[in-house]
Amino acid sequence: MKQVKCECGHVNPHGTVLCESCGRVLVEEEKSKKVVDMRYEGSARRSQTYNKTIIDKIWNFFSSVKVGVTLIIITLAASAIGTIFPQEMYIPTTEPASIYYESQYGFLGKLYYVLGLHNLYSSWWYLVLIASIGISLVICSLDRVIPLYRALKNQKVSRHEGFLKRQRLFGISKVDELDHSYELVKEKLESKRYKIREENGDILAEKGRFSRWGPYINHIGLIIFLIGGMMRFVPGMYVDELLWVREGETAVIPETNGEYYLENHKFVLEVYDKDSDNEAFANAIENNGMVAKNFQTDTTLYKKSAETVAGEEPILDKVEDYELRVNEPLKFEQFALYQQSYKLDELNQMHFALTNKETNEALGDLTIDLYNPQDEYDLGEGYKVEVLSYFPDFEFDENSEPVTKSRIPNNPAFVFKMFTPEKPDGEVSFVAIKQTIEPFGDNDFKMTFKGVETKNVSAITVRKDLTLGILAVGGFIFMIGVIQGAYWNHRRIWLRRVDGEVWVAGHTNKNWHGLKREITGILQGTGIEEPKDQLDEKEK
Amino acid sequence: MVSLSGNLLFIAFLLYLIGTVFFAGSIKDKRGREKEHGPNKWAKIGVGITIAGFLSQVSYFITRWIAAGHAPVSNLFEFTTFFGMCLVGAFIVIYFIYKLAALGLFTLPVAMLLIAYAAMFPRDISPLVPSLQSNWLHIHVTTAALGQAILAISFIAGLIYLIKAVDHSKKNKEAFWLEAVLFGLVCTLGFVVISTVFSAAGYKSDFNWIDNNNVESVQEFHLPALVGPHEGEHLTPDKFSPLVETPAIIDAKKLNTVIWSLITGTVLYLLFRLLFRKRIAESLQSLTKRVNLDLVDEIGYRSVLIGFPIFTLGALIFAMIWAQIAWSRFWGWDPKEVWALITWLFYAAYLHLRLSKGWHGNKSAWLGVIGFIIIMFNLIVVNLVIAGLHSYAGS
Repeated sequence: MKQVKCECGHVNPHGTVLCESCGRVLVEEEKSKKVVDMRYEGSARRSQTYNKTIIDKIWNFFSSVKVGVTLIIITLAASAIGTIFPQEMYIPTTEPASIYYESQYGFLGKLYYVLGLHNLYSSWWYLVLIASIGISLVICSLDRVIPLYRALKNQKVSRHEGFLKRQRLFGISKVDELDHSYELVKEKLESKRYKIREENGDILAEKGRFSRWGPYINHIGLIIFLIGGMMRFVPGMYVDELLWVREGETAVIPETNGEYYLENHKFVLEVYDKDSDNEAFANAIENNGMVAKNFQTDTTLYKKSAETVAGEEPILDKVEDYELRVNEPLKFEQFALYQQSYKLDELNQMHFALTNKETNEALGDLTIDLYNPQDEYDLGEGYKVEVLSYFPDFEFDENSEPVTKSRIPNNPAFVFKMFTPEKPDGEVSFVAIKQTIEPFGDNDFKMTFKGVETKNVSAITVRKDLTLGILAVGGFIFMIGVIQGAYWNHRRIWLRRVDGEVWVAGHTNKNWHGLKREITGILQGTGIEEPKDQLDEKEK
Repeated sequence: MVSLSGNLLFIAFLLYLIGTVFFAGSIKDKRGREKEHGPNKWAKIGVGITIAGFLSQVSYFITRWIAAGHAPVSNLFEFTTFFGMCLVGAFIVIYFIYKLAALGLFTLPVAMLLIAYAAMFPRDISPLVPSLQSNWLHIHVTTAALGQAILAISFIAGLIYLIKAVDHSKKNKEAFWLEAVLFGLVCTLGFVVISTVFSAAGYKSDFNWIDNNNVESVQEFHLPALVGPHEGEHLTPDKFSPLVETPAIIDAKKLNTVIWSLITGTVLYLLFRLLFRKRIAESLQSLTKRVNLDLVDEIGYRSVLIGFPIFTLGALIFAMIWAQIAWSRFWGWDPKEVWALITWLFYAAYLHLRLSKGWHGNKSAWLGVIGFIIIMFNLIVVNLVIAGLHSYAGS
């Protein structure tokens, strides 16, 4: 690799524009400029220097800020498109997506669905965009931070005249008592918290250099965050399950290897009350109708005891009682349980009486647990009812055969066989809500519907997310970096004695007005003139 | 307490109005050029009144907080007024850094417009639904609003920059779009004016209609229905009957409001043109005569630099922490979340373009303007049109 040796003796890497040490302009085209380009200190960036191999080309592509910004803008536009219609996860489950979008939004909805925009954020091309931004972050940063670090580390106090006079803020003054002025200036610089280095009667005052690392630190944070996001797909890192538990029921918590159980004692739904709650809410309650105040499941968390014998009913040890509310998840080990949703008054039990049709005499009551019906119910004295078939969520299919849509007892139906001393061979009856069919002719007995018992059901989200720690670290580093870069400026002021004159130059990475005002204060009363803004002059 | 709170907000509004007049006076005042002598007497009084107004609004905020038992940032009215307050607060801070009176002249009207706009929505103190009952409501919403308000200063700075820098004497794209942005502001004013007029008159007309899911419901219009709902049955025939019926997927009431805002905005705009015989931007140009373009450019950039980290913290990081607690996932691609991400990406692009591609001046000013449009889109359209988990009970 060809290195460039500056007149000052410093050896610069190939491609350097401004000598890292003295700042002399090493590239001919740059000499014609009135103000040098100070971004990245004129250091040798790989992307600006090599462009031969395929690796160079890829590197150069991703190291370009133009490409980075383009990726950001494309991602931005794509994200916006994803909000035109709701994503698939937010549409009601009553209709499949293939029908829903067209029925709700017409042709545009259909187009949205056909193009796959209803699942945009998990589409391969959206992930490719995010991944490209990630690659761009890494390469952009590496391409700049290393040479920038070298340049800032190697800079010496006495900068080359050509460097100074090509700074945006630059001025030459003649001062009689320069030593005295220098002392004054140094004092003021120190009071403004500049770090001062002196060599051969020249001064370099510098502050806030660490703000230059802000962008790179926040990029590291972003990379960590993106890696955290990818870790979700590693098995075992992430659990997202929904657990429906009825009141009075104890259910095993999924993904805990059968180790943990949750009992639902009671689901509580409270709404705001005009009279007993804050009176300031009265109007809002009147105008909006009911406003929910609390969704709560009273639960007990159990852990399977070590004494449990394999194959037998587990022995459960209580871990804790917990009132599970929205915003107050129940945490155990790496899991958290959330009050997610609920269903009020789900059918749970049905009561029937075996009745003599003619006399209307009740011959015995039975209660059917809709989640676990018995095969037969013996009512004594020769009366018995068999459950031949059970359809928890009954409907007739295309062939007019009874079928069940789900295992949830939304519309239970039974085929009973009733045995009585009078009819020892039994009578068959099909019983659904408000409907009885006697398939083999008139029966003497019937099942009279007596009532139902309902229960509330709580939907509990079971969550484990081991990526949160990584994301938190990434987010934290990002914030540090972005604050470091945004709330501090890197400012430098050079003073150099040249043939009895003093040359002053100033540079900052941003906020030039602040620097100018600071320089005005520092040079006031020292006899040294304020440097001028050479960009201003150019405009005039 | 509630009525005291309302009065304090009204006082704040009036003080902002008076403050605007003083800032205008400070610019018209030929004596005392800002550069040499610092702000003139008018500007000093102007900023004093602004601070008084700000304090009055802070008092509104505190009293309403006490009355409600939670920070008043839980519906569209409360959030938008809070956003207006943050905008004024951000202006006061920036004013003391840069001492630019023109910034006040443009910030205060925008803040007033925001507050007036907010007042058109239900102002009842609403109880919090379970998912909002968390201290993160206060932390997340206030930080996000503050971040957005500081970012919005770059819009004000961009506006001032463009009003001064764009050549209004001949037709060009920049002048056209700048006028379009100002027309947008006038239409917002139009919305406020027309809503106030008809609500003062107590106008109401009801429709029975059948929505997209074939459910019958009643819709109450507070503006004369130029467009009516899908298969709507007019229940108050003595009132104005719709000229057109909308398809079922479009909310006729919202569309009707938009149409009325545009009509009123256009009328106001034409009145302005008749009176001043100039475009708005051109008329405002004289107010920016003494503004230093470089300085305004820097204010725009600086406010993005200050606002970006706060916005990230409030609208993304705090948002994710709360979402994890309340909804069990830190990110769910809800439209509001997506638009917060879009805003963030946009300002990230702004910073990169500024740093690396050297986008200063006009280009940078336009980015500031577009950024504010995105923020407003997130506030208005995402809340009222693209309903999601964040949807406020608006009308």
